[in-house]
Formats: sequence, structure tokens, C-alpha cells
Amino acid sequence: MNSRIIIINVIRWFLLLFVQIFLLKNMGFYDLSTPFIYVLFLLLLPFGIPNILLYLLAFGTGLTLDAFYDTMGVHATACVVLAFVRISFISISLNRDAIDDPEPSLSYMGFQWFSLYAFLCVATHHLVLFFLETFRLTEVGYTLMRCGLSCIFTLLIILLVEFIFYRRTPR
Amino acid sequence: MRNLWIFISRYNAFFLFIIFFIVGIYLTVKNNAYQRSVTLNSSNEVVGSAYERLNVFKRYLNLGMVNDSLAAENAKLKSQLLGLTTVDTAKDVKVVDTVTNQQYTYLAAKVIKNSITLRNNIMTINKGTVDGIKSGMAVIAPQRGVVGFIRDVSAHLATIQSLLHKDTKISVTLKKNNALGSLVWGDGNFDIKKAFVKEVPNHIKMYVGDTVVTSGFASFPKGILVGKISKANVATNDNFLSAELNLFTDFSTLQYVYVVKDKKADEQKALESIAKPNE
Repeated sequence: MNSRIIIINVIRWFLLLFVQIFLLKNMGFYDLSTPFIYVLFLLLLPFGIPNILLYLLAFGTGLTLDAFYDTMGVHATACVVLAFVRISFISISLNRDAIDDPEPSLSYMGFQWFSLYAFLCVATHHLVLFFLETFRLTEVGYTLMRCGLSCIFTLLIILLVEFIFYRRTPR
Repeated sequence: MRNLWIFISRYNAFFLFIIFFIVGIYLTVKNNAYQRSVTLNSSNEVVGSAYERLNVFKRYLNLGMVNDSLAAENAKLKSQLLGLTTVDTAKDVKVVDTVTNQQYTYLAAKVIKNSITLRNNIMTINKGTVDGIKSGMAVIAPQRGVVGFIRDVSAHLATIQSLLHKDTKISVTLKKNNALGSLVWGDGNFDIKKAFVKEVPNHIKMYVGDTVVTSGFASFPKGILVGKISKANVATNDNFLSAELNLFTDFSTLQYVYVVKDKKADEQKALESIAKPNE
């Protein structure tokens, strides 16, 4: 069971990063909307993961992305912020003892919870990402627009992927 | 301590977040040229504006000092202006010494050649016999400090044997107790800011910081500031003490000097030559 989760996550990591780096990196609508689907890996990590491991994974994933995007540290920071939001949101919205689902995916948690969860995580991730990339407050309107449009794009793809791999499981 | 650990481990998500976030920001700023330049520029701006604020305070605190220095600057400019006007008109500045009723006149002169690096330094000024300069007259610096003696005079120029010369000896006193001594540059001393007071009687107590002025016995007027003692009571082999002092005169930046004309110099010389020493 445990090794199965690890294998699934490793495969997911490679798959998502592959898609992100070799497909989505070349996609973008007028530099306004660029999807960052790889955050789905961080969203779908199992509930029981220790915080330190979560942060390390987030940081490592971000650094890998940075290596390909030539933006050292930007994605890593954004992913760390995402990890923090993820921990906070889960601890606020769910009772820690009552969690018996393996991972916070759409199949287990339902559309409402998952969409809010994904929206919060993705929104903060993108905010940090774009503001770190711009690194100034003078173009704040343009940056916010890019952030919002990319956020919508990313969320759409994440929900799409989740619906494609939807498994009807007894809740 | 235990409570602290409990606190930290309870909110470990937050503390880990802080750590990783700082590392991420550090990496971002360190490795991306654009972000680095923005950070450096803005931090420079912050530092600059902070210093500016501080400067405003400092300006107020230093107002007295600034006033003094401005006054000094003013005096210097005035004396330079005097020098400029006297280049053509050779105007005498009269200083009436009301105490002894003795009359000195100062003549401003421009230094046209200066030397400070040699063992025996000679300066040249742009005033000569036409302006009434004679050999042996005292020369002082515009603000404070002594320069030396007139050595040779031509029609329009004169040379000064400055204090930085092995033969120059100026009679000086300690300002506080009028103890006599003689000012020399000193053997083996090549520092243009230092000189020695020699032949101070053994019983005189000198302290670091004492002001040394001219005695008025030679061609210098009495009370011209010379310098401050920096090393007192240097023992010598004879029966006298000596002291090292920092000169007020800055020979390296000397532009204008005052030549002191003593109206009674000839009279004094003539009178003193009658009384033969060792008679």
C-alpha cells in the first residue's frame, strides 16, 4: 500500500513535469496566460505526509522547474508558499483525526472541497510566482491580470485532469 | 526552553515555511541578474534615503561647528581676496598693536613656488624690494601658524627660508606660562606637520596639548599661534627639555602668506648692536 503510493507519486511527478516542461512551457496566450500544471503533484500528495517532507518535495520540484525555466528560485519559492497554504487549508477545513482518505483528490474529497482547495493553492502559487518574476510593483495591474488568467487556465486543466482520472470510490 | 520546543514543533509548518521561503527568495535574488539588480537598487535607495534623514539630524547637531568652519572659511577667503588685490596694488594691511604701541604691517603675498620634500625647503613669493620686503622679515600663514623668514630678495620676488629648513630657528613660548624655547624642524624629521621645541628649561612642565606661540623677541610679532604639543618632555642630553609639536601651518597647501613688516626692526637691531655681548 505504502510503496504503491510512493510509486504512483513518482510516476505522477515525472509525468506532470514532463508535460509541463515539454508541452506547456511552449504554450501561452500572448504571454498572458501560462498554465502551471505541475502544482497538481503537490496538491495530490497524500494526507499523511510529514510537513518537512512536503516542504522538501515542494522545494525540490520548484528547483527542478527553475532549472528548466532558467528562473533560479522563483518556482521553488512559489511551491513553498503553496505547501504552506496546503497545510493551512487542510488543517482548517478537515478534522485531522477523521481523515481516512489517502490523498486530497477530486475522487475522494468531492468537487466543492477540491475546487476550493485547488483554487486557493493555485492562486497563491501564481501570485508569488508572477510577482517574483516581475519583482516590482509598478506593473501591478498587468501582473495581476497575467496571474488571474493563468490561474484560470491552470485550474481548468487541473480539474480536467482530475475528471479524466476520476474514480468512483465509496465515500 | 521546553515550551519553546513545543511551540516550534506545534507550528512547525509555519517555521518550515519561513525557512524554505527565505531560501527560495535568496536563491531568486542571488541567481537572477534582473531580480538582483532590482534588489540592489532598491536597497541602495533605502540606504540612501536613510542616510539622508540621518544627515538632516547631523546637520542640526553640527550647526555650531559648521558656523565656526564657515567663519574660518570666510576669514580665509577674505585674506585670499586681500592677496588678490595686493597682487597689483601691494596694499599694506595695518595691524595696530595697542598694547606695546608697536606697529606691524602685514603684506599678503602669493606663493609661486613651494617645496616641502627636501631637507632644506625654500619657497618663492611674488613680492620683492619694490614692495618693501627685506631679508630677515618674518612670514606667517594666513589663518594661523608660522612659515619662516625672508631669505633673499629681488626686485619683484623673494625667497622664504621656511621652517622646514635646518637653519631656521624661531623663538617661541608656551602660551600658558611664557616659558621660552626655540622652534626647529629637527634633525632627521621629514614630517611637514611636526616640529620640535628645543631648549626649554628643565623646570618647565609641559603637557600634551599645550599651545605654543611666538615669543615676539625676534621679527615675529608676539602671540602668533605655532602649534600644539604632541609629545612633551622629551629628554635630551643637555640641560634642556624638548617637545614635539604638531604645526598649525599646512605647508603642503600653502597658497598665500603674510610678510610681517616691523617698523622698529632697524631701530631695535641698531640699539642691540651697541650693547656688546660678553662685556
